[in-house]
Amino acid sequence: MRETLIDPCCDACWHGPAEFCNDLLRCLASGPCCHDSASCAQERQRRRQALRRDVVERPTIFVGTGTCGLGAGAARTLEAIQAWLLEHDRRADVVEVGCIGMCSVEPLVEVQLPGRTRVCFQHVTERTVPGLLEKALAGEMPAESVLGQHRHERLQPWSGVPYLDEHPFFAPQTRWVLANCGIIDPSDLDEYLAWGGYRALAKVLADMTPAEVCRAVELSGLRGRGGGGFPTGRKWSIANGRPGPQKYLVCNADEGDPGAFMDRAVIEGDPHRLLEGMAIAAYAIGASKAYVYIRAEYPLAIRRLVHAIGEAKTRGLLGERILGTDFHLEIVIKQGAGAFVCGEETALLHSIEGRRGMPRPRPPFPAQAGLFGKPTVINNVETLANVPAILDHGPEWFASVGTAGSKGTKVFALSGKITRTGLVEVAMGTTLREIVFDIGGGIPDGKAYKAVQIGGPSGGCIPLQHLDIQIDYESLKTVGAMMGSGGLVVMDEATCMVDVAKFFMDFIQRESCGKCIPCREGTRRMLEILQAITRARRNESGFDALQRFQGVMALEQLAEVIKDTSLCGLGQSAPNPVLSTLRYFRDEYEAHIYDRKCPARACSELLTYSIDVERCVGCGLCLKACPAQAILGTPKSPHYIVAEKCISCGSCVTVCRPKAVRVE
Amino acid sequence: MHIEVNNRPIEAQAGETILAALRRAGVSVPTLCHMEGLLPSGACRICAVEVEGQRSLIPACSYPVAEGMKIRTHSPRAVAARRTIIELLLSNHPDDCLYCVRNTSCQLQTLAAEHGVTQRRFSGLRSNHTIDISGPALGRDPAKCILCGKCVRECEEVQSVAAIDFIGRGSATRVGPAFNEGLNLSSCILCGQCVMVCPTGALFEQSHLRQVMAAIQDPEMTVVIQHAPAVSVTLAEAFGLPPGQDMAGTMTAALRRLGFDQVFDTSFSADLTIMEEASELVQRLTSGGILPMMTSCSPGWIKFMEEFYPDMLGHLSTCKSPQQMLGAVIKSYWAPRQGLDPTKVFSVAVMPCTAKKFEASRPEMVHDGVADIDAVLTTRELVQLIRMHGLDMLALPPEPADRPFGERSTAGKLFGGSGGVMEAAIRTACFLVTGKDPEALEVEAVRGLHGVKQTRVKVGELELGVAVVSGLGNARKLVEQVRAGRDDLHFIEVMTCPGGCIAGGGQLLGVDRAGLERRLAGLYAIDAAGAVRMSHHNEAVAELYREFLGQPLGERSHHLLHTHYHRRDVVK
Repeated sequence: MRETLIDPCCDACWHGPAEFCNDLLRCLASGPCCHDSASCAQERQRRRQALRRDVVERPTIFVGTGTCGLGAGAARTLEAIQAWLLEHDRRADVVEVGCIGMCSVEPLVEVQLPGRTRVCFQHVTERTVPGLLEKALAGEMPAESVLGQHRHERLQPWSGVPYLDEHPFFAPQTRWVLANCGIIDPSDLDEYLAWGGYRALAKVLADMTPAEVCRAVELSGLRGRGGGGFPTGRKWSIANGRPGPQKYLVCNADEGDPGAFMDRAVIEGDPHRLLEGMAIAAYAIGASKAYVYIRAEYPLAIRRLVHAIGEAKTRGLLGERILGTDFHLEIVIKQGAGAFVCGEETALLHSIEGRRGMPRPRPPFPAQAGLFGKPTVINNVETLANVPAILDHGPEWFASVGTAGSKGTKVFALSGKITRTGLVEVAMGTTLREIVFDIGGGIPDGKAYKAVQIGGPSGGCIPLQHLDIQIDYESLKTVGAMMGSGGLVVMDEATCMVDVAKFFMDFIQRESCGKCIPCREGTRRMLEILQAITRARRNESGFDALQRFQGVMALEQLAEVIKDTSLCGLGQSAPNPVLSTLRYFRDEYEAHIYDRKCPARACSELLTYSIDVERCVGCGLCLKACPAQAILGTPKSPHYIVAEKCISCGSCVTVCRPKAVRVE
Repeated sequence: MHIEVNNRPIEAQAGETILAALRRAGVSVPTLCHMEGLLPSGACRICAVEVEGQRSLIPACSYPVAEGMKIRTHSPRAVAARRTIIELLLSNHPDDCLYCVRNTSCQLQTLAAEHGVTQRRFSGLRSNHTIDISGPALGRDPAKCILCGKCVRECEEVQSVAAIDFIGRGSATRVGPAFNEGLNLSSCILCGQCVMVCPTGALFEQSHLRQVMAAIQDPEMTVVIQHAPAVSVTLAEAFGLPPGQDMAGTMTAALRRLGFDQVFDTSFSADLTIMEEASELVQRLTSGGILPMMTSCSPGWIKFMEEFYPDMLGHLSTCKSPQQMLGAVIKSYWAPRQGLDPTKVFSVAVMPCTAKKFEASRPEMVHDGVADIDAVLTTRELVQLIRMHGLDMLALPPEPADRPFGERSTAGKLFGGSGGVMEAAIRTACFLVTGKDPEALEVEAVRGLHGVKQTRVKVGELELGVAVVSGLGNARKLVEQVRAGRDDLHFIEVMTCPGGCIAGGGQLLGVDRAGLERRLAGLYAIDAAGAVRMSHHNEAVAELYREFLGQPLGERSHHLLHTHYHRRDVVK
C-alpha cells in the first residue's frame, strides 16, 4: 500500500485515516503544526515530494487511460506493460492517469526514471511496448516514439529530447483547468492534495463568508463555461440572497454536443478539482446538497467520481462538518439517460426530480425556484473546475488573463479535419487561427481550410475571413457563432456546408424534446428541406421538385420563427446551423439548388459520372462492376455512362485503371 | 400596475401573466395549451406576443407583466409566427377534417381558418400512429394529436390518474399510456376529461349511436331511454339558448320523435338511489359498519378506487348508480308488467359521462345474460342525433316523461351537480332517522363548484361529518387522509369530474367556469321551484317499493340495486 499524507509522522501525531484533524490541509502543506519537529517536517516534505513524483525511487510508468486513450487501445497497452514487467522481472510502478489532451497520438505512455524527467511517448500499442520499455528502462529514449519530456527544475533532463511545453500543441496553451489531467493519478486523493488540492476550500471555510466568496468569483470575471456565459459570481449572489433553509447546487455534466468531451476529460483526469469547486460553490450559495447530473454514457467518469467522493468523505472534505466547520455537503450523482435537451437547465432539473426531461418556461429562474422548487444554482463542470484556482490565487490572478469581457481560459475539444485532434485549453483572447493552425497543426493532406464549427449544434460556422477572431463570448456572437461548451469541429474544402447543416439539423430534430411546436415540427421540416436540396432529381417523384423550391423559399422564414418562438435555449438556437452556414456559404446552397451540384463533392446524389473518351481503353471492368447496368460499351472502344440509370455509387471509379471516370 | 397593449393603456395586477391581463381587458390572443388554474406549460407558443425591448417573441401565457410593459399582440411579426406554427402543425396532421369527429368543433381548424391558411407551405413525413380503440369508452387517434399536453396534465394534475404521458422524443414524440399499450390496459378511468380539453379530434368517445339507431329501426325491439339530471340543463347551449335553461320537456318531445318508445328520467332512480343509500348510511351508522361511507354513483371514481385503493373498497356504498338501478328495474319490473320480453327491450341512457359506457359494460351489471343498460349516449351524441333528424328544438312543444319512471323529486335532479347526492341524502336520512322532514332543505355548505366542501350536519340527534369532493385529485387527498386515520367524517360524496356531472366528460365542449355555474344554477332553480323536493316523497318510488321491491336494503333491492367491487390490476 502506498503511504498517504494522512498517516501519522511520529507518535506525537494523533491523527490518522479514521480520525482527522481540522488543520489537516495546513499540516499537509507546511506541517506538522501540532508539534514542532524538524524531522517530522522533513518526513512530510518527503511524502509530498513522493506523491508529486518529484522523487521516484524506481521507474514509474504512466499510462493515459481516459476514455479517449482506452478507445485508442490503452487497455491493451497497459496489459502489455504489466506482462512485460512480469516477464522480465522488472520492478516499476505503473500508474493510470487521465489524458494530457493529445488524442491524435494516443495511446500515450510516460516513463520516469529515478532522478530524471518524465518522458512522454506517443502511439504506444501493445506491439511496440516491449521495444519501448526495453530501451526506455535502460535509459535510452527512442526518438521515433518520443513526444517530449516534462520540464522539472530539480530533475535531470534528457538531452536530445524536446520539452513538451515547447511542442506546438502545448506551447500556446494555458493549462489551468487541465493542469493535473494526465499528470496525477485521478484515483488518489493524496496526489491531488500534494499538488495543493483543497487548499482553496480550507481557506474559504476558514476566512471567508459566503458573500465574500460570491464577490471574489464575481471580481474574477468567471462566466459560465457551459455556453451561456452568465457571470458565475452574480448567479451565486442571487442564490445566496434568496431566503430559505434548503438550496441546491447542480453540476451539469450532461455533455451532449457532438464532438465535445471536455467535461468527461476533466472528471476522468482530475475529479477532485470538480469536487473542490462544488464544495466552494455550495458554501457560497448556502447549499448542503449538490447533484452531479452526468450522462450514463460516461461510465469511467462516473466510476472515478464515485471513488473520489468516497475518498473525500473519509477525509472529512465532504459530508458532515467539513474540516470541522458547520458546513455540510452531500454530493449525489444523478445519471442521465443521454438526452441532449437535459443539458438545458430546467429540463435537467425535471430529470433529477424523476420527471420527463422537458424544459419549462422561465421565469421563474432556477436561482429563484429550481430543483424541487428551491433556489438552485446550475454550473457546468468546467466552470466549477475553475473555482479552486480562483480562490487559491485570487480573483486578480484569474482576471489578468483574457479579454475585457471574458477572463481566464477556455477548454476546447478539437476535432474534425485537423492534424492534431485533442483537448486544448487556451487563454481567452487567443485567436481561432492559433488554435487551428498552431495547436491543431492545420488541415491534413494539403487541403484548404473551409470553416470551423464552434459551440455545438447551437453554434455557428466560422469561415476563413474571420479566422483571426479572438475567443471571447461577445466577439464570437458578432460572427453568428457562440462560445458554446467547447466543441471545435474543423472542416476542410471537401466538407459540404449544406451537408454539415443537414447533419446538425438531423441531430437537433431527433433530440428535440417534443414539447414546443416550433422546435418539434419546425426542425423536422428544415431537415426535410435540406434533404430535398441534396437529393438527385432522379430520386424525386411527382411534385417533389416544386415542393423543393417552395421549401427553400420558406427555409429562412421558418428558421426565424423557430428562433423567435421556441420555448428553451436549445430550440431558440436550433436553426443556427442553417442560419450560420447560409450567412457565409450561401453560394454553396445556391449551387445545390439551382445548378444541382455539390461544390465540395460531398453530396453523393448530386454527383454526375461520365467517361473521358480520350482515356478510356475499353477494358470493360466498369461495365462489369456497375450494379445498375448503367454503363454501355463494346470491348476496346470507349464506354458510356447512362446518367438516368447511374446511381452514383462510385464503383466504376474504383475499378477504372486509366482513371477515365470523371466525377463532377 | 399599468401596461400598454396595442398602444392603449390597461391595468394589470402584479404577479399575473400577460395573458391574464389581456383576457381581462378583452384582448384576444389564441392559446392551445393554456389551462385555467394550472401552471403554464408554454408548449404551443401560439400566444406569442411582441414585447418592447425583448429579443424574441414572448409567450403571453407564462410571462409575468411588468410596470410599463409595452405589448403588441397582433404585430405582423407575432401574427406571422402564429401562422407559421399553425402551418407546421397542419404539415403533420391528417388531411381528413371532413371525416373527423371534431369537424367544425376543432380548435386547430378554427385557428387555421382565422389565420387564412389556405396553402400548404410545408410538407413532408407525417408521424405514423395507429388508432387506439381498445378502451371501453374512449378512443385515441395519436395522428391527430398536436401534443399540447392538456390531456396529460388533466389526467395527472387534476385527476391524479396519470394514465397517459409523453413517449419518445423529437418528432416521434407522442402521447400514450405506459409502454404505448392500449387504453384498456392502462389506469384510465374513462372520465373523458381529456376529451373535454383536447383541441382536436385526437381523443373521442366510443360512439353507441349506431347500435341505438339500429335498435330503433328494429320492429321487434322496444327502445326505452332515460336521461341524466345534468343533460337537461346543458342541452340548451347546443341550440343557441342560454346555459342552465331546463330542456327536460323539449328533450322528451324530441326523444319521442327520434323513435324512442318510452322516455324515463334518471332523476327517478336517483330518488331510488337515495332511498337505498340513505338507508345504507343509517344502517352503517347504527350497526357499526365501515365509515365514512363513500358514494358510488360515479363510475370513474369506482374504477379509480378499484385500481389505486383496493384496500378501501369497503368504504364504497354498495348501491348501483341511478343509471344502473333504472336499467335493472326497467328490465326486471317494468318489462314483464308491460308484457314484454326483457331481451326485446333495448335500454338506452343519455349521460353527461363517458365512464357510464364502461359502467354499463361491467359484468356485474348483467343478469342472466340480460344487461341492465344496452347503450349509453353522451350529451354530445344526443345533440348529433337531434341534428341528424333535423328537429327544431326551439319549436318543439314540451312533453311530460312517461310513467312510472318519469316522476322525480327535485332532490334526484340535484344529482347533476357536485354536492347534489349529499344534499338529497341528508334530506332523506333526516326523515329515516327522525321520521320527520327536515325544516331547511338547502345545505349551502355543499353547494357550488368548489372541489372540496366539508361541513357538519345534524341528522336528528346525530351530528355527521360530511365531505363533498369532485375531481379525483381532490378525492385522492381525502382518501389518503381517511386511510391515514382521519375519523371525523361519516359520509363522503365523490364525483369524478370537477364540478360534478354538469362538467362530465360527455358534455358539450368548450364550456367555461361561468357556463358551469349557469348549469348548476339551473339545477338549483329547478329544486327551488319543485313541488316534491325529497326522494322519499316520490310517489312512483314509493309505489315501486310497495309493488315490487319491498323495502330499502330488502332482498330484491339487494339483488337488483346493489353491486360489488373488486381489485383491478392495471399498468400504472
